Amino acid sequence: MDYATLIEVLGSTLRLGTPLLLACLAGLYSERAGIFDIGLEGKMLMAAMASGAVAAMTGSAWLGLGAGIVASLIFALIHGLASITFRGNQLISGVALNFVASGATVLISQTLFHQGGRTPPLTGDARFQAITLPGAEALASVPYFGPFYAKVISGHSLLVYIALAAVPLTWWLLYRTRFGLRLRAVGENPESVDTAGVSVIGLRYTAVMLTGVLCGIAGAYMATSLQAGFGREMTAGRGYIALAALIFAKWRPWYALGATMLFGFLQAIALRPDVIEGTLHMKIPVSALDALPYILTVIVLAGFVGRAIPPRAGGQPYVKER
Amino acid sequence: MTKLPTWADLVLVPFISLLLAAVISAIVILAIGGDPIEAVTVMVDGAIGSPYGWGYTLYYTTSFIFTGLAVTVAYHAGQFNIGGEGQAQLGGLGVALVCLALPWPHWSLALVAATAGAALFGAAWAAIPAWLQAKRGSHIVITTIMFNYIGAAFIVYMLVEVLRPVGQMDPASARFPEGAKLPNFGQIPGLDLIFSNKVPANVSFFAAVAACFAVWALLWRTKLGYEIRAFGKSESAARYAGISPVKVIMLAMLISGGLAGMMAINNVMGESERLVQNASEGAGFIGIAVALMGRNHPFGVFLAALLFGFLYQGGAEMGLWTTIPIELRLLLQGLVILFTGALDTMVRMMLVPFFRLARGAV
Repeated sequence: MDYATLIEVLGSTLRLGTPLLLACLAGLYSERAGIFDIGLEGKMLMAAMASGAVAAMTGSAWLGLGAGIVASLIFALIHGLASITFRGNQLISGVALNFVASGATVLISQTLFHQGGRTPPLTGDARFQAITLPGAEALASVPYFGPFYAKVISGHSLLVYIALAAVPLTWWLLYRTRFGLRLRAVGENPESVDTAGVSVIGLRYTAVMLTGVLCGIAGAYMATSLQAGFGREMTAGRGYIALAALIFAKWRPWYALGATMLFGFLQAIALRPDVIEGTLHMKIPVSALDALPYILTVIVLAGFVGRAIPPRAGGQPYVKER
Repeated sequence: MTKLPTWADLVLVPFISLLLAAVISAIVILAIGGDPIEAVTVMVDGAIGSPYGWGYTLYYTTSFIFTGLAVTVAYHAGQFNIGGEGQAQLGGLGVALVCLALPWPHWSLALVAATAGAALFGAAWAAIPAWLQAKRGSHIVITTIMFNYIGAAFIVYMLVEVLRPVGQMDPASARFPEGAKLPNFGQIPGLDLIFSNKVPANVSFFAAVAACFAVWALLWRTKLGYEIRAFGKSESAARYAGISPVKVIMLAMLISGGLAGMMAINNVMGESERLVQNASEGAGFIGIAVALMGRNHPFGVFLAALLFGFLYQGGAEMGLWTTIPIELRLLLQGLVILFTGALDTMVRMMLVPFFRLARGAV
């Protein structure tokens, strides 16, 4: 693999890793607060459809983003109702909402646009366009660093940078604020939080809503930036890969960046079978590359490579003693 | 909270849940400019209005019985097996390998062997998540989801690189030999008076019904079944009673995976007669809805599978003959899972005041 190809692959790693990163951080808030969320996939899909549809109708990517976040928040709220208020099974709720999303997205987009469940292709302001960071052109002639800066660091849409900024922000929020301490506590030992006079229900709803916002951005990114418009099942299991990355990252924000970029790299390289063959001098079936993130996650889950210990109160509805 | 009487728990709660899902679906149909009454008419007519419709409804029912039973067995051991889809796909591989291995002289021999192959492959696909749960404490929900994706990729690899006959373009196995052809309802003496030769429902329906009885007998009439249920109710109590958690988790998941795999005798052997990509078409996931709706009892699973068979075939007809997209099925399926599985408490809370009133009146 020569340097130019590497730059290309790394650039698409960042583009493909971004929705995973956003969804992974989304899951992180929820699971750190003790609410399992298998429904990341469904929320992203709803957001992708809503943002694709609204951006197509209004011609504004920003309105699309807003619509995506709202759609995702509605699903987050239902998940919250089912798993916090009605103390239902969080896993089943997530699975159910994924099916509802699969069905609802096609129903709505088909009704609105009659294009086989797609939204019309987005152009111009209806998409988040690539941003050229200052100095990218001036530095382009610098060997090695120039192309790296111009193609890998610069030249992505705003949402990519928002996703990257969300990593330190999440770290700061979780480990350096009172809210973060409480959030982590409510996922480990909700009784202690309750005893301290802080609302378990309130904290958990806040976490679930944060999950909704981030999934909304992830879905909007899919439809208005990574691709030009919504297509049926366009998230293609990314919610589950994000879940895998979350476990891989042991529920930590910086590790989440590493895990999602690794999985993004695998996706980027799966698109370039010629590069793999040229580098490894052997043919690797594309299906093996497709399966790799999942296999890696199982290996991590098995605890052979560093043990992944989930938040202790995860999945258990909180019942206040009376 | 007042406890509901048993009959309300078993019949009324699922019924209300279904009703809520149906009402929301009707509202959605109205919202997208369709006619709910027309939709229901087309669904009823297309699924149970003719022997042809029944032939499809019972075909889907067969698959859903197997996957529903798979979720049920795992549920009783306290395990949530989301991997039915992957296990069913692998079961299809088992069926294909068995059917293609020999020039089968008679379908009955082929069916027995293919069932064993399907169960073996399905169980094998459940074995690793089960072992990881039992021995390493890895969450079975996540591992089975991962195995669904790994399984799908594996099947693609097998079809493209191994099973595809030379010179064929589409990723699918060769056609199964004539001797491995299962008789459909139009070819079974007696049933052929009602059904035409074109229906996909086949003898594996009877295998599915037999599986219902077998699962019931296993869970409520054997020592292993007792151990499974005891473990599912209370792990610590079961452990104290000398029940081995590793044994229960492993056996329950192997049986569960085997049952999910066995659905392949219906779709792969009975219908498509070759292995194609994504052969199970989400039936593994519908098993979750079926088991929840059927209250994790084999008889309930049978009824719920029939209901979902109706919804599936009716939904397909609706997609064909009305402007309502076929994806309404997915929505309905999701809503049923949501109300029966996750918002169960809400439905109960809604019912409690009525029972209080009734009790007060007596």
